[in-house]
Amino acid sequence: MPSVTITVNGKPETREVENRTLLVQFLREYLGLTGTHVGCDTTQCGACVIDLDGYSAKSCTMLAVQVNGSSVKTIEGLADGEKLHPMQEAFRENHGLQCGFCTPGMVMSAVHLLKVNPKPTEREIREWLEGNICRCTGYHNIVKAIAACAENQAKA
Amino acid sequence: MYNFNYHQAKSVDEASKLVTSVEEGKVMAGGMTLIPTLKQRLAKPSDVVDLGKIADLKGVKKEGNAIVIGAMTRHYDVFTSDIVKAAIPGLSGLAGHIGDPHVRNRGTIGGSIANSDPAADYPASVLALNATIITNKRKIAADDFFKGLFETALEPGELITAVSYPIPDKAHYMKFPNPASRYAIVGVFVAKTGNNVRVGVTGAGACAFRQKDMEAALSKNFSPDAIKDIKQDQNGLNSDIHASAEYRAHLVNVMARRAVQACL
Repeated sequence: MPSVTITVNGKPETREVENRTLLVQFLREYLGLTGTHVGCDTTQCGACVIDLDGYSAKSCTMLAVQVNGSSVKTIEGLADGEKLHPMQEAFRENHGLQCGFCTPGMVMSAVHLLKVNPKPTEREIREWLEGNICRCTGYHNIVKAIAACAENQAKA
Repeated sequence: MYNFNYHQAKSVDEASKLVTSVEEGKVMAGGMTLIPTLKQRLAKPSDVVDLGKIADLKGVKKEGNAIVIGAMTRHYDVFTSDIVKAAIPGLSGLAGHIGDPHVRNRGTIGGSIANSDPAADYPASVLALNATIITNKRKIAADDFFKGLFETALEPGELITAVSYPIPDKAHYMKFPNPASRYAIVGVFVAKTGNNVRVGVTGAGACAFRQKDMEAALSKNFSPDAIKDIKQDQNGLNSDIHASAEYRAHLVNVMARRAVQACL
C-alpha cells in the first residue's frame, strides 16, 4: 500500500493507505479527526469542507494519495487552545447552528470566504454558501454569524 | 469504490503513455466528476492517471486575439483571471457559477470539456466562442469536438492541453441551474464577433450543440426580440426528474434571450 504524508493542522502525518482512500477517510478513520463530517458523500452538502494548501475543498471528493505532501487544516485546527477562532466565536454568538452537523464545513467554508473576500455583502455570503447545506437553521443565523465575523475583523 | 492503481504523471507524454499501456486507464483532472463516479461504482478503471502535478498545464495567457487557458486551470482561476475578465467577461462569469466555491477550487476546464457531461457549462462556451481544443496530438475545431453523451473526438491517449478562445466583441452565458448541484438544466452561451453570432446550448441535449436558427436571426438583428418566436425542437432533448424535454426546449429560448439581453 502507498505511504502518504499529509500535514494536518501543522503536524506531518504519515500513513499507509489504499489508493481509493478518500482524504475525509484519512482524516476521520486514520487520524481520528471526526470533526470533518460526511453528509451526502456526493460533493454537494459541504459538511466535509477543509482547507487544503490555503483554499477550501471538499475532502470527500479527493484521494489521500492525490494530496500527498499537501497541508490540510480541519475544524480541529482552528481554535488556539481554549480560545475559539473568531468564526467559531461568531457562530456561537449568533446561534449559527442547531444540530451542528453541517457546522464544521460551514465554519471552514466561511473562513475561506473571508480570506478571498474580507467584506462580503449578504448576497455574496449566501451565494458562497451554495456549497454548504444546512437543514436546521434556514441559514439566517449562519449568514449573520459570517457577517458579524467580517465586521469584527474589519474593526480589529 | 473499487480499488485501482494510481499514477501521478509528471508530463502529458507520460500520462498519455500510461493511460494507454494499462488494462483500463482513466485520466483524472480535478476529479470533481471522476471521484463521485468511482464512488458510485459507475466506472471501474484498472488505473487512474492523475494530471494534478503537471505544472505547465495551468494558467491563462493572451496570444494575439485569443485567450489560451491551460487544461488544468481551475474554475476559480478562470473566474478570477484579470485577463479573462478583460477579454471575455462572460467566460469568467460562467466559470464563477460552476458548482460551488469548493468545487471551483478543484475542477478544471480541461476535465469539464473532455468529459462532455450533458449538463456541464464549459461546452456551451467552446461552441459559441468557436474555441480550438489543443491536445497533445492536434488541434480540434469546436464544431468537431463534442460527439454525444460523454463522448468527444478525443482518441485513446489523447489529452487536452489547452483551450484557445478567440476574443469576441460581446459574449454572455445564462443558465438555469439545478438548485442542488448547480449543473445546468439548460445553459446558453451567446457570442457576437462582427456580424457573426454563435449560440451554444448545454444541458438540453445529449451533449452541447449550436442553435443555428437563433444564430441566423441574431446575425441580422442582435436583440432578444429577434429570437422570441424561434422554438427549440424538443425532439431528442433530455427528459428526466429535473425537467421534461418540452420544458428544456422552452428554457433554451428563455436563456438565449437573457444572454442576448445581457450582451446589450
